[in-house]
Amino acid sequence: MIELYETQRAMRGLRKAALQRGVIAILDVGTSKIACLVLRFDRTDAFVEGEDIGSMAGQAGFRVVGAATTRSRGVRFGEIDAMAETERAIRTVVQAAQKMAGVRVDHVIATFSGARPRSYGLAGAVELDGQQVSEEDIGSVLASCDVPDYGAGREVLHAQPVNFALDHRSGLNDPRGQIGNTLSCDMHMLTVDASVIQNLAYCIKRCDLELAGVASSAYVSGTAALIEDEKELGAACIDMGGGTTGVSIFMRKHMIYADSVRMGGDHVTSDISMGLQVPMTTAERIKTFHGGVYATGMDDRELIDLDGDSGDWEHDRRTVSRTELIGIMRPRVEEILEEVRARLDAAGFDHMPSQQIVLTGGGSQIPGLDGLASKILGQQVRLGRPLRVHGLPQAATGPGFASAVGLCCFAAHPQDEWWDFDMPVERYPARSLQRAMKWFKDNW
Amino acid sequence: MQQMTRRADPAPSRWAYKVQRMWLTPSFRMGLRMGLPVMVVALAAATYLGNEQRRTDLFASIEAVKRDFQERPEFMVQMMAVDGANDKTLKTIQELMPASFPLSSFDLNLNDLRDEIRKIDAVKDVSLQIRSGGVLQVDVIERQPVALWRGPEGVEVIDEEGVRADKLDARIERPDLPLIVGDGANKNVTQALELIAAAAPIRERVRGVVRVSNRRWDLVLDRDQRILLPEKDAVRALERVIALEQAKELLTRDVTVVDMRLADRPTIRMTQVARKELLRVRGYEAED
Repeated sequence: MIELYETQRAMRGLRKAALQRGVIAILDVGTSKIACLVLRFDRTDAFVEGEDIGSMAGQAGFRVVGAATTRSRGVRFGEIDAMAETERAIRTVVQAAQKMAGVRVDHVIATFSGARPRSYGLAGAVELDGQQVSEEDIGSVLASCDVPDYGAGREVLHAQPVNFALDHRSGLNDPRGQIGNTLSCDMHMLTVDASVIQNLAYCIKRCDLELAGVASSAYVSGTAALIEDEKELGAACIDMGGGTTGVSIFMRKHMIYADSVRMGGDHVTSDISMGLQVPMTTAERIKTFHGGVYATGMDDRELIDLDGDSGDWEHDRRTVSRTELIGIMRPRVEEILEEVRARLDAAGFDHMPSQQIVLTGGGSQIPGLDGLASKILGQQVRLGRPLRVHGLPQAATGPGFASAVGLCCFAAHPQDEWWDFDMPVERYPARSLQRAMKWFKDNW
Repeated sequence: MQQMTRRADPAPSRWAYKVQRMWLTPSFRMGLRMGLPVMVVALAAATYLGNEQRRTDLFASIEAVKRDFQERPEFMVQMMAVDGANDKTLKTIQELMPASFPLSSFDLNLNDLRDEIRKIDAVKDVSLQIRSGGVLQVDVIERQPVALWRGPEGVEVIDEEGVRADKLDARIERPDLPLIVGDGANKNVTQALELIAAAAPIRERVRGVVRVSNRRWDLVLDRDQRILLPEKDAVRALERVIALEQAKELLTRDVTVVDMRLADRPTIRMTQVARKELLRVRGYEAED
């Protein structure tokens, strides 16, 4: 736990340094595309003490000065599969974004969707020795949360306090300065496979960049696609990506659950490819141009040419009706949504006061998806686009860029994490002290 | 037909990527834009000037160009015109000139020259100016000699501020000027001149004025006569003595000292012979 604390603190320091310098890059490593945005921060002096902002916010005056996307390579299920390929793709996209921005970036914040995220709810409580809750008390109550055994080879990605309670009063956002006897907190912890983060960090290091932060794609796309009310009242964000579909549930402006389904748009494409006996690229094109999930009588008459260059005239001159295409796509989309439904049920989403569901991500652009989703997930479904960010090119405003835009917000307005608070002194390892004691015992 | 050509990899190579990043580094660009030309110029200059012969040639040619410019006719000073100086001062000023005419005005340091000329005793003030036509105009204001002062360094001619204007070998060289003597006499020339002026009726008898203990004046006449004047109202005391002289011919008599230091008790000292004679007239016989 200490090690994690230190590494996250180090990354936080890098992030601060990057904000000081004013330029930071955002890297969304997805399964179907890799996006890079270069942010320029200015107005760093506009920090207002005592506002309802995190310790690094107030440096919000940022502008996207460079944006680039490239076809992702070597990534499967949101995890790096072929490292050299991914490294090349990252180089491509970073170079293009740097060229557009005209500045060199050294620090990069990355996000990825895979790595089997798992959510844990943690609770901790401390007795207050003083009457008023101070900053150190917050740190100690966060440190007092009993961490579950999340397994070897896992790494904590987010650990955010979502709720504070003082004696019998719960639902406090900021208990500092209030008076009570017992301070307890609920913390949401998200763990992912450590190897995925290591691979990503290694790839980024190979590109001469420094990793200044990592975030879960489900979390950041939720911050970008959900509007304030939805985040406050409770909503789920379904980020339908290429290889994975991220699920994140927000409540009272905090993420309280995140998960991912290891299925996405690429699986739809491969279904089409297999069903229609066409290459993946053709299948992708057919899916984006003609795809849908609701067939009508009109679709029987709309015939799609399946071009091919096998040399066999019969094979190359086939046509398929749109109904058939929808017949291939729909079961897979339904399967994905069913899986999402299962995750939401496991999280207890149906007990939430507001059950808004927002679909975003590149996969959410399938026509008629909102209708299908409302049948499976519930009535309140809408399609979400990322919020507007200063200087973002028109081409990067689609739902496929929700996680990239969300990462910009993550860089500008980071939510409080556990490591933003100072660890109480007694929690530091007593190892050095013990070693000194041992030396005395051995030698005297 | 299966296409066998491979599509080019859009990814930049590691080196292309690194080079592009290097070009985007502001310090690198600045170094290339400013540092490199500066270095090239510095290197070229160093290589050229590394040779001793070339260095001396370069400096010599620079010096020659400078000389050429300075010696253009419009900068040359042909002659000197001195106004307000007598012959003796003129000679001294001409000796002070650094070089012979014609010379360039760049070689003339008028400030230094002015200070030099000011150091001459007879010169009170001087202004120098290079007039058009290459004339160095020297306007001298000379000190006006008003008195002679016999001081520790001999007889000096002084002006009314007591500053030395000239030196004399003997007092007889300037019989027209009154002589003043004594410690601090040259600091109070005005007072001495007032006394001399007041003594106009007995002018031919006045030998000079003496400053006594830097406090008061004595007027010295011939026949070793002396008029001791008070510190205050010296002129009035002298006028009283002169009035006595005109009425009773006091100074023509056998008196050595007229003491006017106490205004309400003027005293005279007679010669030895006069004292005996007075006693004899009064009926006393001298003891011996």
